[in-house]
Amino acid sequence: MSDSLAGRLAAPPRSTPAPGHQGSSANLADILERVLDKGIVIAGDIQINLLDIELLTIKLRLLVASVDKAKEMGIDWWEHDPSLSSRASRPPRPVEGRPAEADRTEILAEENERLRGELDRLRSALGPAVGEVEREEGTR
Amino acid sequence: MSTREVDVREVNTREAAAGRTPVAAGTGHELTYVYAVGRDDSALRRTVGRLSGVEGHGLRLIDAEGLVALVSTVPSDVFGERALRVLLEDLTALEAIARAHHGVVDAAFAETVVLPLRLATVYSDDSRVVAMLTEERRRFEELLAGLDGHVELGVKVYADPGAAEPAADPPRPAAASAPPSGPGRAYLAQRRARRRRTEDLYRAAGDIAAEATAVAGELARARAVHRPQQGELAGRAGENLTNEAYLVAVGEVDRFRERVGALSRRAPGVHVEVTGPWAPYSFATPDTTGDEVGS
Repeated sequence: MSDSLAGRLAAPPRSTPAPGHQGSSANLADILERVLDKGIVIAGDIQINLLDIELLTIKLRLLVASVDKAKEMGIDWWEHDPSLSSRASRPPRPVEGRPAEADRTEILAEENERLRGELDRLRSALGPAVGEVEREEGTR
Repeated sequence: MSTREVDVREVNTREAAAGRTPVAAGTGHELTYVYAVGRDDSALRRTVGRLSGVEGHGLRLIDAEGLVALVSTVPSDVFGERALRVLLEDLTALEAIARAHHGVVDAAFAETVVLPLRLATVYSDDSRVVAMLTEERRRFEELLAGLDGHVELGVKVYADPGAAEPAADPPRPAAASAPPSGPGRAYLAQRRARRRRTEDLYRAAGDIAAEATAVAGELARARAVHRPQQGELAGRAGENLTNEAYLVAVGEVDRFRERVGALSRRAPGVHVEVTGPWAPYSFATPDTTGDEVGS
């Protein structure tokens, strides 16, 4: 995983949780869920609108859920996203170097299902904005 | 004491920041980034001088009617609306900003109670922050009073089938009792045994998670449920089954850690992690103060 985004973003190696306050060593996932999802929301003057934040959060959750799994599902926005152009040229990386066990396939299938469920929940939580996208897809 | 202290570091960091934003709108004015709100307090005043915030910008306080906002002056070509959106989409930059934001909140909260603001709350200038503090004063004061003397602790329960796996040479009871068979059958028996172990593990984990909620509830004032974490960023082997936050009185923190943490030793492959203390991120929003526990 060392060359994946998640690998590069991964929290530093953990041993026992540090006593006292959560400093720079705190798990990135713990920090992100707090600073992006929690905390007081006040309308600032510079406001990335709520939908943008929601979409960002979905993207992050997919990333947090696992880069390889997301790619297997065909979700690889960060490869093509113009705002991430530095990575846009990177070819998709197949899952490699792992034995193709039957059990692994089973685990992946389960995980896949769970991720789809998560995506559905997030979509429904988002409401009409994402509904529009779906409607567009539906009219073919 | 002046509320508009000029930070010397700002000059350098602004220059550094200017070179790294090809997407800048190019207007180049200054904005005010707000991290947290607290009471006007000498401990906070001492602390801000030692801190640096997003992209290394210095910290200062803006005060209004007994409340203060912890802020940095930031350039609009990085924190303006369009630039900010692009910045937050860059995961490396997002991590840096999230950690810096949290670092300020955490350091301030180590001194006194503060209300963490959502990441990237930016105002066009200090007067707008003063207006915000004035407008929200009653709400902020109520929250600060309610959260004073408390911290947030996270409780996450994990099931790790890998760790629950029996050591080398498993007994494989199903395979042993089966009639002599080919490798296919042995394989299936082995898989059945493994599935059974996994089911047992998840049942045990579910019981322990329920107990963690009960034990934590006895010692906490409020509870908030987060989404379970998944994947590499979760930073730990196994599947995160529950992810909760509790508002705990400072005097109860040790007991909370000890009693909830002790559940980790209940079953192999089930781990209970207590994180924190955190600033009360999960309890700082009035309409989502979490469930009051014990009610």
